Amino acid sequence: MQKKILIIFLFLVLIGFVRAQESKMVPIQEGSFVPLYGATSKKPVLVKSFFIDVFPVTNTEYLNFVKKHPEFSKSKIKGLFADKSYLDYWKNDLDFGNVNSKAPITTVSWFAAKKYCECQGKRLLTIDEWEYVAMADEKKRDARTKKEFNNYILSWYEKSRTYENPIGQTFKNYWGIYDMHGLVWEWTSDFNSIFLSGESRKDKSADQNLFCGASSVNATDLMDYAAFMRYAFRGSLKAQYSTRNLGFRCASTTKL
Amino acid sequence: MKKIIVPIFSLLFSLQSCKEKIKEAGSTVAKNKEISDLSIYNLPSEWTTQDGKSIELKSLNGNVLVMVMIYTSCKAACPRLVADMRNIEAKLDKKTKKNVKLILVSIDPVTDTPKKLKLFAIANKMDKDPWLFLRSTEDNTREFAAILAVNYKQISPMEFSHSNIISVFNPLGELIYQQEGLGVNNDQTVNKINEEAGKI
Repeated sequence: MQKKILIIFLFLVLIGFVRAQESKMVPIQEGSFVPLYGATSKKPVLVKSFFIDVFPVTNTEYLNFVKKHPEFSKSKIKGLFADKSYLDYWKNDLDFGNVNSKAPITTVSWFAAKKYCECQGKRLLTIDEWEYVAMADEKKRDARTKKEFNNYILSWYEKSRTYENPIGQTFKNYWGIYDMHGLVWEWTSDFNSIFLSGESRKDKSADQNLFCGASSVNATDLMDYAAFMRYAFRGSLKAQYSTRNLGFRCASTTKL
Repeated sequence: MKKIIVPIFSLLFSLQSCKEKIKEAGSTVAKNKEISDLSIYNLPSEWTTQDGKSIELKSLNGNVLVMVMIYTSCKAACPRLVADMRNIEAKLDKKTKKNVKLILVSIDPVTDTPKKLKLFAIANKMDKDPWLFLRSTEDNTREFAAILAVNYKQISPMEFSHSNIISVFNPLGELIYQQEGLGVNNDQTVNKINEEAGKI
C-alpha cells in the first residue's frame, strides 16, 4: 500500500516536473547585435534583457488554452483573426488528433499566438529578440559566422515534417533554449515590420511607391542565407495566416 | 521604486487585456448578431480622437470607412498619402458623402498625442466631418496594422517606414477594397466607396 502511494506520489511529481519544464522560462542578458535586416546603416540594435520560454508551445498546452478560451477553438474563431487553415490538423475543437502531444502547436494565426501569450501573462518575442537568441549555438552567443552552424540550419530547411517531432530534441543553445532551429518557424510580435514583399508581382525589396523609407532596409550580410529565409518568410505572412511549419513561444519583460 | 512599478503595471495590464478582450468578444456576439466574423468591430480596442474623445471602433458601425495609417511628423510619404485621401474625398458622391468617414490612424502613438493630431488636422483643414484622426496604444496599433496588412517599422526616433495602403470597409466593418501605393489612380477606390455609401 505504501509502495503504491509512493509510486503515485512520484508520478505526480514527474507530471509536475514535466509541466514545469514545458512552460519554463530563462533570462536572456542584454546585448546588441547587427540583425540581417531592418537596422539603418548597419548599426547594432540593443536587445534589453528579457525572459523567454525554453520550448515552443505544444499541442497539449494549446489544447488547455482552447479549453479555457473556446472562442479560439477551430470552429469558433472569427475569420478576422484566422484563415480557414487554422488548426487544420485537429480533428475537432478539443482533439488535436494523432499527432504527438508534445509536438509544437502549428497552424495558428498571429492573433491566436498573441492571445495565448497574453493569457499566460506573457507576450510574443520581437523579431530582434528572436534573432538575438537564435544566433547562439551550444557554446557561443553569436555563432552566425560559424560554417557548421549555418549548415545545420540550412540542412533543417531541407528536411520535411520536422513539426511532427516533440519539443526539446534539437540542441540546447548558449542560453539554455531549445528548438530555435530544427523544429518549427515562430511568430514574432512585429512580424509585420518587414519590407520584403511575398508576392511576385511586386517582389522588389525597395519599391519606393509601396514603402516609405524602403531604401533604408538593407541586408547586412547576404551570405547569411538562413536568416534571409526567415525574414523573407515573415515578410510574406499576414496575421490571419496559419501554416503547418509555423508555431510560437512566449516571452516576458519581467520575471513571472 | 519606479523601476519595479512599471513592470508590475505592464504585467497587470497584459493580464487584464487577455480577460477584457475575451469578455468583450463574447458580449459582442451576444448583443450584436449582425457583426460578422470578418468585421473589424470585433476588435475591442479603445482609440482616442483628435479631440481627446475616447471611442471604440464599434461606434463607427454603419458608416463606410476609408482608413490609412500615417504619422504626423512624416516628411516623405505621408503628405502624399494625405493628399491621396483628399483626392478621394473630392470625388465622393455629394448625396451619400454623409455615410463615409475618412480616418487617419497614427502609427506613432507616442509622438502623436491627441493635441498633436488636432494641430495636424487644423493645419491640413481636416478637422471636421468626414475626417477623423485616431490613436491608441502601441500594442493596439500593431494589431490594427495586422488587420489591414500594413507593415511598419520605426527606423529612428522620428522616422517610420510603412506600407502605403488605403483601406475601404463596408458598413459592417468588413474590408472590401485596398488601394496600394502612392499617387495611384483612385477611380476604383472612389467607385467602391460611393457604391457602398449609396446602399445605406
